[in-house]
Amino acid sequence: MEVTPVGADKFAGTSIENCYQCGKCTAGCPLADQMDVTPNQLFRLVQLGEVEKAARCGAIWLCVSCFTCTGRCPQSVECVEIIDALREYAAEHDCAPPDLQRIILFQKAFLDNIRRNGRINELELIRDFKTKGFLQDLSLPLLMKDALLAPKLMQRGKFHLTSEKAKDRELVGRIFARCTGTHAEGATS
Amino acid sequence: MSRFGYYPGCALHGSSNDFEASVRACMKTLEVELGELNDWICCGATAAHSINHTLSLALPGRNLGIAERDGFTDLLAPCPMCSMELIKTKNALTESAALRKEISDIVETPVTGATEVINLIQIFQRVGLDRIQAAVKKPLESISAACYYGCLLTRPPRTVAFDDPDQPRSMETVLAALGAKSVEWNYATECCGAGMTLSREETVLNLTNKIITNAKAHGANCLVVACPMCHVNLDMKQGAVEQAHGVKHDMPVYYLSDLVGLALGLSERELAVNRHFVRAGVHAAPKTVA
Repeated sequence: MEVTPVGADKFAGTSIENCYQCGKCTAGCPLADQMDVTPNQLFRLVQLGEVEKAARCGAIWLCVSCFTCTGRCPQSVECVEIIDALREYAAEHDCAPPDLQRIILFQKAFLDNIRRNGRINELELIRDFKTKGFLQDLSLPLLMKDALLAPKLMQRGKFHLTSEKAKDRELVGRIFARCTGTHAEGATS
Repeated sequence: MSRFGYYPGCALHGSSNDFEASVRACMKTLEVELGELNDWICCGATAAHSINHTLSLALPGRNLGIAERDGFTDLLAPCPMCSMELIKTKNALTESAALRKEISDIVETPVTGATEVINLIQIFQRVGLDRIQAAVKKPLESISAACYYGCLLTRPPRTVAFDDPDQPRSMETVLAALGAKSVEWNYATECCGAGMTLSREETVLNLTNKIITNAKAHGANCLVVACPMCHVNLDMKQGAVEQAHGVKHDMPVYYLSDLVGLALGLSERELAVNRHFVRAGVHAAPKTVA
């Protein structure tokens, strides 16, 4: 079957065309029981060119990238890379389901943290993520969760009010600018 | 004295600094010199590969470039997330001259992907299990461990090419050299939820509860891990797991380097075992009657 879905370039090298729906990916998936659409169904949607529909599924944000599917696929399909491509598409087109926006928010806060510091500053990451999460859905449990862990972490010397940063942070900024720039060019071509 | 490049990654310099203390103490005793990469940066982890593919190659690429520049042929990355991202990038660079050029330009350092990236288990294999066995001062006779590999030590198998992805044995082999027992169980390679700790905690609490429950049911008196995220979810979050599921686990979680160090005669304090959340003292208990 000839398949040329929207955004097909994102799936180059994933061997998506080789999926024959055996379902091993779904059988081994630790989150499949909580997904709106199972991994094998996601891959079928992509094969049929329904990229937008697949990118709107909550399943792609529940995937923890454990690579069990990739490891067990008898057709050597790069399952997680397909899900990565769908997440990338969903983040670019802002089409993740509202109840799972928080996971994208976390990943964006994570990358933003690296861009600024070169390394992850855990306290700053948690603060940014929780503040933005609270502003988004006014969830008090999210804001307060883990607060009780702070003294226990401090007691164990695992909590750093000031975290180390990479020295050449300007270089890190340039790397990010080039990657996001490269990326935008790729997407518009 | 052998010398390896060392990429700690953010976790080992953050809240998993007990892991770094353990790795460093162990390596010192085994006369392995670790050269920390000068001005290393974060590997990007799941966030980069979920949101920007180029970035997920550039961030590890920068670190591989530093290793090459500073003449390290072998690079220890004890965090399996970091090592998997580094290996994935190394493989991609090795396969494509165009990508080598693109990434070298982006990261402002020539990078070819020549560096060998190794995980924590592999460094013990490099040192030599017979050598470690000969150096054991306190055999760990009271330990019956469930060796927990999680995801990224053995997966994706085509990328990391380490051990058997479904029936790994490498940690059990290290434990045998220390005089410790390992149990057969079902959750050795099931995922703990890793990076979902902050954004979707209930997922992590469900997965970790299954892991700890299964280890216990198969007679384990502790879990052994080689991953900082597994340790956070199984040790730091164990209280939350117990609360959410109305159970009492009280299951100690050791890093593999903790057990190697303890067997070599290092103290709990030197290995930072005393800084875990669940008291990890089974190594010092009297030998259990099998």
